[in-house]
Amino acid sequence: MTSTSTQEGSTAVVAPTAGQKRHRRRMWAPWALLAPFLILFVFTFVLPILIAVAQSFTRVTRQGVFGEKGVTTGFAGFDNYLQALANQNFIASIGRMLLFGVVQVTVMMVLCTVLALLLEGAAARRPGFFRAAYFLPYGIPGVIATILWSFLYVPGLSPLIDIGAWFGVELDFLGPSTVLWSIANIVTWAYTGYNMLIIVAQLKTIPNDVYEAAKVDGAGWWPVVRSIQLPLIRPALILTTVFSIIGTLQLFAEPQVLQSVSPAIDSEYTPNLSAYTTAFAYNDYNVAAAQAVLIAAVAFILSFGFLKLTNRRSK
Amino acid sequence: MSAPAQQSAPTATASAPTQIRRSRRRAGGSSASRGSTILVTGILVVVAVYFLMPVYWVIVAATKTTQDLFATNGFWFSSDFALLSNVRQVLTYGDGIFVRWFLNSMFYAGVGALLATYFAAAAGYALAKYQFRGREAVFGVVLGGVLVPGTATALPLFLLFSKLGFTNSYWSVLLPSLVSPFGLFLCRIYAEATVDDALLEAARIDGASEIRIFHAVGLHVLTPALVTVFLFQLVGIWNNYFLPLVMLSDENLYPITLGLNNWLSQVDRLPEFYQLTTGGVLLSVIPLAIAMIVLQRYWRGGLTEGSVK
Repeated sequence: MTSTSTQEGSTAVVAPTAGQKRHRRRMWAPWALLAPFLILFVFTFVLPILIAVAQSFTRVTRQGVFGEKGVTTGFAGFDNYLQALANQNFIASIGRMLLFGVVQVTVMMVLCTVLALLLEGAAARRPGFFRAAYFLPYGIPGVIATILWSFLYVPGLSPLIDIGAWFGVELDFLGPSTVLWSIANIVTWAYTGYNMLIIVAQLKTIPNDVYEAAKVDGAGWWPVVRSIQLPLIRPALILTTVFSIIGTLQLFAEPQVLQSVSPAIDSEYTPNLSAYTTAFAYNDYNVAAAQAVLIAAVAFILSFGFLKLTNRRSK
Repeated sequence: MSAPAQQSAPTATASAPTQIRRSRRRAGGSSASRGSTILVTGILVVVAVYFLMPVYWVIVAATKTTQDLFATNGFWFSSDFALLSNVRQVLTYGDGIFVRWFLNSMFYAGVGALLATYFAAAAGYALAKYQFRGREAVFGVVLGGVLVPGTATALPLFLLFSKLGFTNSYWSVLLPSLVSPFGLFLCRIYAEATVDDALLEAARIDGASEIRIFHAVGLHVLTPALVTVFLFQLVGIWNNYFLPLVMLSDENLYPITLGLNNWLSQVDRLPEFYQLTTGGVLLSVIPLAIAMIVLQRYWRGGLTEGSVK
């Protein structure tokens, strides 16, 4: 088709050349390779997100006392968002997660950095064993990790409470003031080894000559850490911190599972738990959708803000 | 948000193959003093105790009768060794529902991760090795997907699936598990760095079709990256809780996470469920623990998807 439209087409080229055929074939080849992924991606990522946003701006009105006369839907503007933000428990849950994040993410990042530096340092014996031991919890699903720890928190079952009692310390892991930190402990336990492994991998990319040069200069352990290792693992630290911030706002499985042993955790303890309750206990999908959008927005703003902050400092 | 991900991942993955074989190098040379060795080892041991303690506890607890579980110290075995009867109870309770949950988890994670890896490889390879209109747009949109947390899409997915009548089926959990935006991201970077254009041209001159070239050349060269993508997706699906919780109401379709939580929620009424739950936790942790230790070396730097808690 292309060849006949040109002037010399009738004389020289009647059929498309092999090169042209191959070129056309190569035009659709990438799309054929992309198709399965893209179809699924649109179906399970793009469409649900569009639906969530649409739902969050929709109002469902039921006719009659039980909705028996049918339901009508209409544009709600920001009403669902205002309703979500007017919910004191939801706001409180976001605040609770901010507090949780500031403490837990900081502790975890310090811990995994120190462990990575120690394991890669000269004084560590059997680093392979310790690395595996620290990484092991990552393979245990959050729910099962929480069940595991809940046994160590429940009075009567927990040997930790018994040991505390020997020393005259009354431990209460599930009370209103402590349960948040009991959750923080589970999250730290589960993810420290994973983050540590990422930092270890980044430490291993530092060329040997850099250490050799530092040794020639007579630099000790701390100067090497401060002026060589820490600056070079910065990208890994930033990345793991951002993912931890996003993860903190998504916290769901741990508090949801601990609910069955701790009355201090209510049905709106974390933002996600609140959205889940709104959707499935109150059947208000529209407000739940608004909550989901708000959670994603806060996570985005926080991680973006953190990146901006670290970028500015490095300049 | 995409900036650090783009910066760190290529450096880590590109150098990964060479790193593995390189012998361990120590920051301060081999001249650590005895004192510091003792101090560092002490710290590492204390931390290891912290990480291994819950696993140790559940091993001990699984050997006890329900009575001893509450009556004896949790960190030491009781005289009555009930491990075998406990395990038998876990495996037979409710017509072997635990085994069914385990197989469900293996199905969701195994099939899901395998197909997700294949799809991500094809798409990542296409983005890396072809010039076509809309390439960057596609990549940009998918990269946005990496940053959307799983729990944010679970609720809207439920709304969509319930309209289509998909909820409470194997599909409702499997379909969303087939997509790995992170896998595509990694495969693209890896394909750009390692798949040689000359090799592809040679295959074309031999008359191989584009799809065949991908299967014969692309998949082969991408194998190291595919292992990583597969493992991440496997762990991600295995650990997933929110999605099946939202989608499934039939106990027979539960993955192991949902099933064990179901047992735990009954301990208040029936204390025997403590025994079932500890036994079930032990049985489900063992294969994962072994897998983690064996597969540890495949986890490479910069591959930071799954910190969704």
